[in-house]
Amino acid sequence: MLDILRSKIIIGYTLFLLLVSLSVFNLEDNASKGLASLLNILLIIVPLISIIFSTIYIYNSAEFIELLVSQPLKRSTLWMSEFIGLSSAMSFAYFIGAGIPILLYQPDAVGLTMIGTGILLSIIFVSIALLASVKTRDKAKGIGVAILLWFYFSIIFDGIVLFILFQFQDYPMEKPMLIFTALNPIDLSRILILLKMDISALMGYTGAVFKDFFGTVTGTVIALSTLLLWVAAPCWLSVRSFVKKDL
Amino acid sequence: MIIATNVNKSFGKLPVLKNISVNCNEGECIALIGPNGSGKTTFIKCLLGMVVPDSGFITFAGKNIIHDWEYRSHIGYMPQIGRYPDNMTIAQVLDMMKDIRKQRNVDETLIHALGLSDILKKRMRTLSGGTRQKVSASLAFLFNPDVLILDEPTAGLDPVSSEILKEKIITEKKNGKLILITSHILSELDDLVTEVMYLQEGQLKFHKSIDVLRKDTGEEKLTRAIAQVMQG
Repeated sequence: MLDILRSKIIIGYTLFLLLVSLSVFNLEDNASKGLASLLNILLIIVPLISIIFSTIYIYNSAEFIELLVSQPLKRSTLWMSEFIGLSSAMSFAYFIGAGIPILLYQPDAVGLTMIGTGILLSIIFVSIALLASVKTRDKAKGIGVAILLWFYFSIIFDGIVLFILFQFQDYPMEKPMLIFTALNPIDLSRILILLKMDISALMGYTGAVFKDFFGTVTGTVIALSTLLLWVAAPCWLSVRSFVKKDL
Repeated sequence: MIIATNVNKSFGKLPVLKNISVNCNEGECIALIGPNGSGKTTFIKCLLGMVVPDSGFITFAGKNIIHDWEYRSHIGYMPQIGRYPDNMTIAQVLDMMKDIRKQRNVDETLIHALGLSDILKKRMRTLSGGTRQKVSASLAFLFNPDVLILDEPTAGLDPVSSEILKEKIITEKKNGKLILITSHILSELDDLVTEVMYLQEGQLKFHKSIDVLRKDTGEEKLTRAIAQVMQG
């Protein structure tokens, strides 16, 4: 899918990420401080661009997808190649834009975790975008749904978790918190990276529980497989409904 | 070749196709006509497996097309609106299609006849609607398919190009291919078609050969024959 890579938006996105990462690293005197600031920016921007760009791309190529469906191709193959094309383009943009500066300034375990989770996040949101665009027929509505989903995962979800925490503050909430985290890929990535940064002590008792859980190998494996599940589940659902869809 | 039996389809509560049964054979050139919203495009999409009928079935060369996709390698389809990825060139789109079909012997006469061979390097974004239509037409004929399904083929084409396209359709008809055309410009269809299918509000009103239609209505021109049918 060379077409996606040549898109001006993807090039712009790559350059923007590159600019942000380089300037953050140059502003802070300490590279790991720079990484912490970069983390917050990336966790907002990467999902947003991934989900919006993919949704718009799918809607704009609706007629071409129709033509391809009339060719001797399996529908699931067609949809999977859209998914692979979009997610490789987004991951590539992330790797060039953010991955290379990180490798230049902080080539250690923290940096690598950040590159890995960033790429996973890009793919997760491509997958969610595919699901949103296959389920809604109308373009404006579909893009609206995509923005809402991003808003939910970045902001509303945290609000709900905080609300629950306050309501149930008399009870031990550490275990349920682990489960809540798994329900949001952005939070999960943030925690994975923060723990690698060794500043979990700042997060109080809950941080200690997280450290206990995610710090172990099993915890990391579980967290990674949860992220992979976030890639696979929406993608699988979208393939299933695309196969049955009337075009 | 294509047999549809009792095909029904509704979008939500709106019935689009009601009990359509037709039989299309090799060497026929069938005009699918009817007012706007009569279900022509939906019927074509059913044949291509893009829309799955609620009930009834369609067979292609004796095989049911549900859950089958390989039969589509025998069909060339030209959609009503052709839109292609903005950043691809015409040559890239053609190559991509060849890659999908994995077919060696391609028929590139239409690409040359329509003058696309000189602008192969142009990006899809820069093309006018008519040129995109030419690309769609060339793609439909590129793989020498047994069945051609053309949805409003001449809409947006200039007179010279639409004449070239008509010539091509006639040649393919003589080669014994099944051709399905929808069009609102009936005068164009006069020297092309052998059969007429008339759809109205999702129902197949009649499916006759053009000679029978001429005899029944006593009109020589298709335009007037259809006008008479619509009034009476």
